[in-house]
Amino acid sequence: MHRLLTFALALVVVGCTCGGAGPATSSPTATIAPSGSPTQVPLAGSITVFAGSSLTDAFKKAGDQLKVKNPGTDFVFNFGSSSTLATQIINGAPADVFASADEANMQKIVDAKLTESAPAIFVSNRLQIAVAAGNPKQITGLADLAKPGLIVVLAAPTVPAGKYALEALQKAGVTVKPASQEVDVRAVLNKVTLGEADAGIVYVTDVKSAGAKVAGVDIPEQHQVVARYPIAVVKEAKNPRLAKAYVDYLLSDDGQRLLAEFGFSKP
Amino acid sequence: MRAARPPFAIAALAAIGVLFFALPLAGLIYRVSWQTALSDLFTAEALLALRLSLFVSIAATALGLLLGVPLAWIYARVAFPGRNVVRALTTLPMVLPPVVGGVALLVAFGRRGLVGEWLDAGFGLRIPFTTAATVMAATFVSMPFLVLTVEAGIRSIDHRYEEAARTLGASQWRIFRQVTLPLVAPSLFAGAVLCWARALGEFGATITFAGNLPGVTQTLPLAVYIAMETRPEVAIALSLVLLLVSLGVLVALRDRYLRLD
Repeated sequence: MHRLLTFALALVVVGCTCGGAGPATSSPTATIAPSGSPTQVPLAGSITVFAGSSLTDAFKKAGDQLKVKNPGTDFVFNFGSSSTLATQIINGAPADVFASADEANMQKIVDAKLTESAPAIFVSNRLQIAVAAGNPKQITGLADLAKPGLIVVLAAPTVPAGKYALEALQKAGVTVKPASQEVDVRAVLNKVTLGEADAGIVYVTDVKSAGAKVAGVDIPEQHQVVARYPIAVVKEAKNPRLAKAYVDYLLSDDGQRLLAEFGFSKP
Repeated sequence: MRAARPPFAIAALAAIGVLFFALPLAGLIYRVSWQTALSDLFTAEALLALRLSLFVSIAATALGLLLGVPLAWIYARVAFPGRNVVRALTTLPMVLPPVVGGVALLVAFGRRGLVGEWLDAGFGLRIPFTTAATVMAATFVSMPFLVLTVEAGIRSIDHRYEEAARTLGASQWRIFRQVTLPLVAPSLFAGAVLCWARALGEFGATITFAGNLPGVTQTLPLAVYIAMETRPEVAIALSLVLLLVSLGVLVALRDRYLRLD
């Protein structure tokens, strides 16, 4: 009996302590790059990129592109709400690059003197209403989200997507009672994808990434909120050269073309 | 028995072990802004979360007792084929990442889920995003602690008491109520408290299955997570409360019911 009890006790403690968000992916790295221009030391090593969850697919693709061009480099990502990531960086999480879905959370990093140089706005995004494919609830705009019986989820007002959604709803003069305030915008999208929610306010890029399962309902220009995304190399980055190369790539024509493929707009 | 003087290496490693657990608590105490701690704890959001967490953890414990005690009795007293498999199944959440539990609950009881679709079509019952979902998530992860503790308690009872009752003509049901249950009262209490503590700390399954809405599904751990982004002082104050409650539970249990010596 005692052994079982001790076991149970140990597990209760373990169970209570997990629940935070850690880095999304990781892989071993650091081989010497054999290629690159002869006059320049080739890029090598790995960086950890902290990015708002709406950047998930585009940033992974950008990392893959750079990896092909610079063998021996590797990119590790930590995606989450920009506010969670900002908190993590301020508390000493080892980030090389930070990309935020809003300027407020980047400002927190700037205020904490944790950026290497002034952040650059590298892309912008717009809001859309995500609904199930075929739009079975026939939602035509923000006003429909107030319909009784409709299950609407939003991002929490503490994360950029939630803040933008509230701004848009306010502009449209609509009050929505959300069923849930999800921790980041991808969680909102998931609830719609899974069919648990009838509608959610997400970014245009999220709807695009969800493919055939989800349809997007446009928000008219006068209610639209444009999200401007800043990016910066984090101070004391372990690999500032590769971090800068990643940021430069996203700002380059190639990088902008790649971001546009995912539905992002020019800054 | 005289206490042995531990070898230096063992003492040193054990001390590091203690520090590993003590330092986070010290960090919380250090970072709490004591002047505002009380007002932080009495913000509207914190109070809502506190009230909901109390309700949810108590409801989960009640459900755990209602379903878990019979289960524990059967595991301890009835040998049936596949008992080990069934027991493993019902204790799985102890080792399962809670988020996985939440996903599993969602695909079972969600609107498009195995049972959920039928509940929605037949009765218009939708579980996700409700307090009921929060209670289910908490019960899912916490009941196994109660079941295992009570099962161990029932196994350790001296059979002769139950035998005596049987020879005196008591029915099985009466033996269960009047002999078995009183004898396992300490395990029952310990199991319920463990179950309650685990339910109180539940995060992963809740946020996945029940979502996050203040007053409805936003329990204390969820409130801590959300507050950490904007009002870290509230998050730290709430964390300290959760930590002290859990610590209190474990200290009390160890003294009274978990004597290992």
